[in-house]
Amino acid sequence: MTDTTYHLPPQISFSQKLKNSLFATPFDFFLTLICAALFALLLYWFIDWAFISSIWRAEDEPLCKEASGACWSVIDARHRIIFFGLFPFEEHWRSTVACVVMIATIVASCVPWFWTAIRLSALWLIGFSIFYILMHGGVFGLSVITPERWGGLALTIFIFAAVSIIGMPLSIVLALGRRSKLPVIAKLFGLFIDFFRSLPLLTILFTAAVITPFVLPGWLQGDKLYRVIFGFALFFAAYQAENIRAGLQAIPLGQDEAGLTLGLKYWHRVSRIQLPQAFRNSLPSIVNQFVITFKETSIVTIVGFFEILASGSAAFGTGKWTVHYIEVYVFIGAIYFIFVFSLSRYGAYLERKLRVGHV
Amino acid sequence: MGSILGSQKFREIFFQALVLSVVAALLVAMVMNTRASLEAQSLTTGFGFLERSTGWDFSFSVLPYSISDSYSKTILIGFLNTLLLGFLGISLATVIGIVIGLIRTSKNALFSLLGTVYVEIFRNVPLILQAIFWYAIVSHLPRPKAALSLGDTVFLSGRGLYFPVLNIALWSVALMILLFVAWLLFLPWLRERMNHSSSYHVTKRVGWLLLPVIMVVIAYLARTPDTPLINNPALKGLNFKGGMRMPPELSALVIAIALYGGAYIGEVVRAGLMSVPRGQLEAGFVNGLKPRHIFTRIRLPLAIRAVLPSLTNQYVQLMKATTIGIVVGFSDLFMIISTSINQSGQTLELLAILMGGFLLINLSIAFVMNTINKKIALKGYELKS
Repeated sequence: MTDTTYHLPPQISFSQKLKNSLFATPFDFFLTLICAALFALLLYWFIDWAFISSIWRAEDEPLCKEASGACWSVIDARHRIIFFGLFPFEEHWRSTVACVVMIATIVASCVPWFWTAIRLSALWLIGFSIFYILMHGGVFGLSVITPERWGGLALTIFIFAAVSIIGMPLSIVLALGRRSKLPVIAKLFGLFIDFFRSLPLLTILFTAAVITPFVLPGWLQGDKLYRVIFGFALFFAAYQAENIRAGLQAIPLGQDEAGLTLGLKYWHRVSRIQLPQAFRNSLPSIVNQFVITFKETSIVTIVGFFEILASGSAAFGTGKWTVHYIEVYVFIGAIYFIFVFSLSRYGAYLERKLRVGHV
Repeated sequence: MGSILGSQKFREIFFQALVLSVVAALLVAMVMNTRASLEAQSLTTGFGFLERSTGWDFSFSVLPYSISDSYSKTILIGFLNTLLLGFLGISLATVIGIVIGLIRTSKNALFSLLGTVYVEIFRNVPLILQAIFWYAIVSHLPRPKAALSLGDTVFLSGRGLYFPVLNIALWSVALMILLFVAWLLFLPWLRERMNHSSSYHVTKRVGWLLLPVIMVVIAYLARTPDTPLINNPALKGLNFKGGMRMPPELSALVIAIALYGGAYIGEVVRAGLMSVPRGQLEAGFVNGLKPRHIFTRIRLPLAIRAVLPSLTNQYVQLMKATTIGIVVGFSDLFMIISTSINQSGQTLELLAILMGGFLLINLSIAFVMNTINKKIALKGYELKS
């Protein structure tokens, strides 16, 4: 028998680690110095531009010409356009509360306690309904505001949420369909998925906005916004279905066979054995698809919707504000960054956590 | 009878036939509905309109054009513009991606943090926002009169980037590119044929020397008569005359796609470099290879093989992303098609051309990359960590 004592790697002190990673060789020393200088310079330059030499209040706008930093006056003066678009001024609180509710829903669905089909669907149905009622009105004494007047951050979040809520169940159907044992079903679903994956999102949104009126009878067309959301959801579902399919394929065959031996019906095997494991297997890539989708909501601005990117462009579109485009773009970029970065960090956290669980 | 209805096989076939007929019925209904609505709006179908002249102008073209050109030529120009944008954007993105990938795999923590910061910034902001940001920056550059110049030959202004070109006919440029590609394809064939002998190396060297000479001769023969060989841009009145102009729309999109794609490709390259098993590198070290050689002879070749499939994926994604060019008014395939739809009303035909165009581009990228992938795949056994 061989000796099976395991040797732990030697303990390395923090300062030793630091030395190894920063000052291992003279060249490394040099490189570290240059990088540190570069970081210091960039950070100093950014902080100076954004915080120290910048102008903050709307009424201080005349000072902007002299100031070397950012002119945040444009944000102070126009932030309501950026966040709410053409939503009626007195009703902005509704848009705000609706966004907070939807963001809370998104955050809550990151908590593992909600990860059962019933809890997750209940959470999203409730969150989405509250969002829709607040935005659309017509009940509880709220005045009706039709989707044409929605805009800004609320519209971005609405499109994201609606695409997710339609696309997610659809993607499960597509993934299961593509893996069907029946050749005709598998081919049909495969064709459908590959078709949507081979086209740019913009062409699909454009088709949904412009072509669908030709193809569908009048009673099925609906509002342009809903057509675009539905097209977007099909696109999303095609990509998400492939992620789920990858997760399904990673499940050992024995799992399904065990269910079969126990006499479980197809739907029970799918809902109790296959899908839970598939989601667990491909959770990081599923989250990643949500990240991409949030960024891609910005594309609807091309087919004529007033989401946060378009409302941002409108914010500096008039009068004295036209010169302050950089501030507005940086501001909108920061909003996107907060959403996308936190979602993608969450995805990376999940990936680490699941990997540890596996080994 | 009961046994047939009850049999699994029969039910499966019946179910599939049912689904197939429902799908077919839906398609037929859609076609009929389309027909009806086209007739109601008295629109004609068919591709006859492609021969009509367009009568409208657009922002940029690689070929000479006029507003009396036919739809087919205008669409071809849009297609070429998309290819040009994709080629420039993807090439630059690959260069940036390799650099970022190398920086991120550096052992120096601060240096690799530099790459991380880059990736997080450019990957987490929508491409379309980056494109309009760069467009705003590029189009707010100084007027032509106050243009930034580089040795009075290259000028950068709000109207675009001007740089000198050779006064030669377009066909000769195409011929030169063709010649170069043919030579590159000819080399591997020659190597097989000559069996790696020393005469192959001689032929290769002679070829590389001869190629520029032939190109110079072609350029000389194809030059526009009575003009200087080099066409320099120069300030005439309020704008530049001569030279070649890269419009701000194209520059902004190339910058945006390069930076955004660079962040994604950087991650792909990093994953590839990390996927090389450490034992391989240690084996190189034990055999006395220099770090430089361990990188170029062991790590890089293995990493390239590992990343090609995901790189293909990124290229296809970036190619599809070029459609956002319309936000800054770049006349790519999508913009040309959408203007054509507005002007001619031939919605369905034009959309079919658009989808066909993208299918063609994406399948070509996938084909080329898969061919390379097969060519360089390690033979014999699969390398696994």
